[in-house]
Amino acid sequence: MSFISSGEADKNSYDVVVVGSGAAGGQTAYTLAMEGARVLMLEAGRHYEPATETPMMQVNADAPLRGAGTPEKPFGFWDATIDGGWDVPGEPYTSASDDPERQFRWWRARMLGGRTNHWGRISLRNGHYDFKPHTRDGLGFDWPMNYEDLAPYYDKVEMLIGVYGENDNMENTPNSPAGVLLPPPKPLVSDLFFKKHAAKVGVPTIAGHRAVLTTRLDHKRLPALLHPGNRKAQAILAADMQKRSACFFATPCGRGCSIRANYQSTTVHLPPALDTGNLDIVTDAMVRAVTKRADGKAEGVVYIDRKTGAEHRIKARIVVLAASALESVRIMLNSDVANSSGKVGKYIMDTVGAGLNGQVPMLENMPLHNEDGVDGLHMYTPWWLYKEQLAGKLGFARGYHIEFGGGRDMPSMGTAAGLEWLNGGTYGRKFKEDARRYYGSFFYMSGRGEMIPNDDCYAELDPTLKDKFGIPVLRFHWKWSQHELGQAAHMEKTFAEILDAMGGRYSRKPQAGNKAIKQGGVIIHEVGGAMMGTDPKKSVTNSFGQCWDMKNLFITDGATLCSNADKNPTLTIMALAWRSADHMLSLMKKKEL
Amino acid sequence: MDRRTTIKWMFAAAATVPSLRFAFAGEAVARDVAANQAGYGTDPDLQKEWKAGGPWPLTLTENARATTKALCDLIIPADDVSPSASSVGVVDFIDEWISAPYPQQRGDRPIVLTGLSWIEAESQKRFGKAFPGLSDSQRAQIADDICSTGSKAEFADAAKFFAKFRDLTAGGFYTTPVGMKDIGYRGNVPLEKFDGPPLEALKKAGLA
Repeated sequence: MSFISSGEADKNSYDVVVVGSGAAGGQTAYTLAMEGARVLMLEAGRHYEPATETPMMQVNADAPLRGAGTPEKPFGFWDATIDGGWDVPGEPYTSASDDPERQFRWWRARMLGGRTNHWGRISLRNGHYDFKPHTRDGLGFDWPMNYEDLAPYYDKVEMLIGVYGENDNMENTPNSPAGVLLPPPKPLVSDLFFKKHAAKVGVPTIAGHRAVLTTRLDHKRLPALLHPGNRKAQAILAADMQKRSACFFATPCGRGCSIRANYQSTTVHLPPALDTGNLDIVTDAMVRAVTKRADGKAEGVVYIDRKTGAEHRIKARIVVLAASALESVRIMLNSDVANSSGKVGKYIMDTVGAGLNGQVPMLENMPLHNEDGVDGLHMYTPWWLYKEQLAGKLGFARGYHIEFGGGRDMPSMGTAAGLEWLNGGTYGRKFKEDARRYYGSFFYMSGRGEMIPNDDCYAELDPTLKDKFGIPVLRFHWKWSQHELGQAAHMEKTFAEILDAMGGRYSRKPQAGNKAIKQGGVIIHEVGGAMMGTDPKKSVTNSFGQCWDMKNLFITDGATLCSNADKNPTLTIMALAWRSADHMLSLMKKKEL
Repeated sequence: MDRRTTIKWMFAAAATVPSLRFAFAGEAVARDVAANQAGYGTDPDLQKEWKAGGPWPLTLTENARATTKALCDLIIPADDVSPSASSVGVVDFIDEWISAPYPQQRGDRPIVLTGLSWIEAESQKRFGKAFPGLSDSQRAQIADDICSTGSKAEFADAAKFFAKFRDLTAGGFYTTPVGMKDIGYRGNVPLEKFDGPPLEALKKAGLA
């Protein structure tokens, strides 16, 4: 079994059809295929081969426009994203409001592996508080599970994909068991500099957690822990782990990685799953709807072959939506299924984002050295004011973490641009001296914070607009609450304090929350829209992502999240997907599905 | 830079193709760009060798390219460390940039073309010669009036142009291998292990 055409797929029968090939689809298909289920994966975008397509080592001068971002490649020319961005040609969406502060921007990627090919690889666990936020402060919703329910799956995902980090015993920032994390990379000057000066204003700094192999995976020890009692799966995984190289500390992760040193679905989940012989993949398959059987269960899905325009129908015992939170919501609304609660599309969330950049005289004219490292987040700051916040001292309810960095990156269009605020504007030999002096002395700080789900943020079908396939598109409603705006203002104020402590300067003053906060969707951590819960009247699925109204329809992407902790959601999505897939396997074994 | 600063490109106002002509004494500074000119698309081949003029036509005239060369070498001349901007392809790059079909570049185009016209007119007015034919000190007399944030009000538009042109020149230069080496970038080298910063760097930053 392997990559097949839509016509070939028509002739086969499958236990499970999985819609989507990113973090959720990849993990779901991996777990199911490794444990013996016959799986068909449908991906809306094209096939993609990181081994041959990744632009490793190219410099910006090799790219059009020196690699600068454009609407066709928003994160730059070398970014891995294919046919994606906040605007996908022929596949529009709308916002109900004309007010930019009430609009939502929806990032998609149309390629095998989806956004996992370019993502930041930041892999943070939700903590105990993050599963019971309503119990803690009366806002939002509790999850129908505890940290302990998901912890074994966090362990498994971290061991499978490879995550570096340390156990720092910080509040609501869980440790991993011994032998799970890979060693973190050595701190950079900017890391240690931040740590020293941020400490003066009470801000802690610890090792970052990212899905990058700082050493090779232990192929002798890990497979047996991940697939106990399953010799075949262990052998396949052991062989595949040996094909992944460790990071060689050069070339940005966002381009993807041809040596498979970081996590992408296409380099980590799909190769061993395909090796089992249990997984077929059809690309260019744009799913329109879930189809229904006479008994009310899901029959399969109907999709459009992007290349031929022909419609195809696939039947399976189980249908899994893992198309990304909002694409899964769209498929459900277009199918008119599993929505007796009326909650499909409700409570969509992004991450709160704000930032401040500065310049630090002490870092000028540094001795030259290579600071590429693993390309980001060698260290970071987890949320540190839980007690003050619970005591009501901050004026907003949830926390954020800080991502930061210095400026010894590979030069890009911005590297020596806009120096006038520092040197007044020069040219000639003086300008060249200034460029050398200031390179590496810039500092960025970005806050990534928790948004609380609210009634004003939801997606519905646009009453008239359809995409190029004739499928109705989503219309978004969006409004930040005072909690998010207060948090964004706190971020910039804190970053200014840290820059002050560094003896740094910033080109603009910290702003009010509504000016500081990035537009909804811009941080690309959208989750929610088909929330899990304990009450079928108030939620769409149970804790396994199994729809209350359609027992053989599962959602394994971010749509089911009840809250969006400041911890970037991808690791949690993968842990939930593994747990869901285990549940599917047990139900199939018991012949309940 | 925060990788998400790239979003600013997204929201840059979509400028229309300027219909007015920019001229050096009656001669066009650039050929028109087609309003419907395609970009490199959403799935460009990342393994191919890309050259300026490949994905879309370059549009500066020969005279305008000569002014561009003189101006970018005024901003980044050869020195003991590295060669001049024009010697590593920055003229082609600036031409590629202002000829590109994207909103940011379409917005920059009139600023650059108006500025190049202004530079030529100013050169003729002050010295009766084309800008590329001026002596170093003559060029400096013009540049000194427009290079800084403290430029006089009468030079406000020219100063805005110069700041934009300097950013483009610097971006074009410091992204090349010689520019990266000059500015002090030492990465993009595969390593067996990453040892972290050297002791002298830690000392300089007050960390050791």
